[in-house]
Amino acid sequence: MRAEPTLAAGFPDISGMTVARRARWRRWLAAAAIVVVLAAIGRAFANGQIEWSYVGRFLTAKVILEGIVNTIVMAVLAMALGIVLGVAVAIMRLSPNPVLRSVAAGYTWLFRGTPLILQLLLWFNLALVFPTIGIPGLWSGRAVDLMTPFLSALLGLGINQGAYTSEVMRAGMLSVDAGQYEAAQAIGMGRLRALRRIILPQAMRVVIPPLGNEFIGMVKATSLASVIQYPEVLHNAENIYYANSRVIELLIVAGFWYLLVVSVLTPLQMLLERRFARGSLQITR
Amino acid sequence: MTRPLVAIRSVSRSFGEFQALKQVSLDVRAGEVLCLIGASGSGKTTLLRCINQLTSIDSGGVWLDGELLGVRQVSGRLHRLAPREIARQRLKTGMVFQRFNLFPHKTALENITEGPVQVQGRKPEDARSDAMLLLRRVGLAAKADAYPAQLSGGQQQRVAIARALAMKPMLMLFDEPTSALDPELVGEVLSVMKELARSGMTMMVVTHELGFAREVADTVVYMDHGAIVEAGPAAAVLGSPREARTKSFLSAVI
Repeated sequence: MRAEPTLAAGFPDISGMTVARRARWRRWLAAAAIVVVLAAIGRAFANGQIEWSYVGRFLTAKVILEGIVNTIVMAVLAMALGIVLGVAVAIMRLSPNPVLRSVAAGYTWLFRGTPLILQLLLWFNLALVFPTIGIPGLWSGRAVDLMTPFLSALLGLGINQGAYTSEVMRAGMLSVDAGQYEAAQAIGMGRLRALRRIILPQAMRVVIPPLGNEFIGMVKATSLASVIQYPEVLHNAENIYYANSRVIELLIVAGFWYLLVVSVLTPLQMLLERRFARGSLQITR
Repeated sequence: MTRPLVAIRSVSRSFGEFQALKQVSLDVRAGEVLCLIGASGSGKTTLLRCINQLTSIDSGGVWLDGELLGVRQVSGRLHRLAPREIARQRLKTGMVFQRFNLFPHKTALENITEGPVQVQGRKPEDARSDAMLLLRRVGLAAKADAYPAQLSGGQQQRVAIARALAMKPMLMLFDEPTSALDPELVGEVLSVMKELARSGMTMMVVTHELGFAREVADTVVYMDHGAIVEAGPAAAVLGSPREARTKSFLSAVI
């Protein structure tokens, strides 16, 4: 048996004492200051020239609700297009084939290098350059009829998003240990199968937080499609205030809906993250 | 004498200025257990990786089961094989890595069935029942549904061995299979390998476990600076080495 060391002289006996909570008076002070500032801002808005009754009336107006539905539809479709393009371009970017690598790099360079609003205007006005478009001998149509606000917005937002998403996906794929690719090769997998079965599922775990970020950005970027007459929520709010001059009230209505959609997205992202965390030890909780 | 299963002839490989392999030639017979020993950087891992083409070779040739690996001879010139052909050739070998490299997003069972189902196109039910047999063989039937992160290093490496065996390879390659393990977990992996050796599997093992080499290996190859210094029966190379470099390596290790 080992003898327990005894308390020597000079060490006070602290057995049985508890650790007291620190007084966090600075936190209380900061919180109080914030409340005061918020109250002041709230008071300013309440006394400002805002007719809150208009906000309430238009919050659930049919045109506004149609607008937010269009916003969500466009955000989801454009993001889906962006992810498909992003994955394909990321795979091309990491290919041993220099032609594919160059094409991917050129795509990213072009669509990240020009403003999104400019790209939207270009797509929408494509008819000025190509009056008719189509596949020779198979099908053709007038560009004016084809390039509706919807299709222009989808192509503009989706293709632009693909350029950003490709870099997110590439980062995710590079984060997977090289040994995983070797192990996949060792059981006879080719490059694409190894990417699809082994590398991408592991990359997803890393990629979902930044993709969530990108999706939130996309929800708000759809508002740019108002310049090409796509009837999303901001465009419809603008149309109303052109008629009734209640500018701030309708901007508040649109802002409320954007905030609500983005707030719903965050828990959805958590669910996805949990799905792709299979097999990994939880870092949090 | 019958044709060797693996014939390595004058294989060289450089990484930039560093010559990892210098004109290495070696035969491995079917059913033979061959241990590659030597200091790190001596080229033993590179040699192993050349056999399943995770590393390409600069010159020389490797024949596996009579087939030249990685290249094809057409009218006096060598042409590199298409990736699909290389993948097919890899199916003849199973590889066990130092760091296990199990797929972390798949359970032990899914790790084993992935190759047979996805690559060899076997029926999932058949692959699963075969995988269960393999898990039983490595003593992990109870861990079929565990994810790699829930397994110890020794258990992960045993699953990795089962994953390689599931492809029914004719040659098993082990790249320092116990070097990343805690000392108390080395034994369970070595005993699985011993059982495999007894079953008649042809094995090439890069290892620092001289006890394992002495007990299990038919042949021990000592490499230094990218070349084979001494090769022969395990008892001879480990017990009474002829070369001075082998002697000094062995005395430094033991």
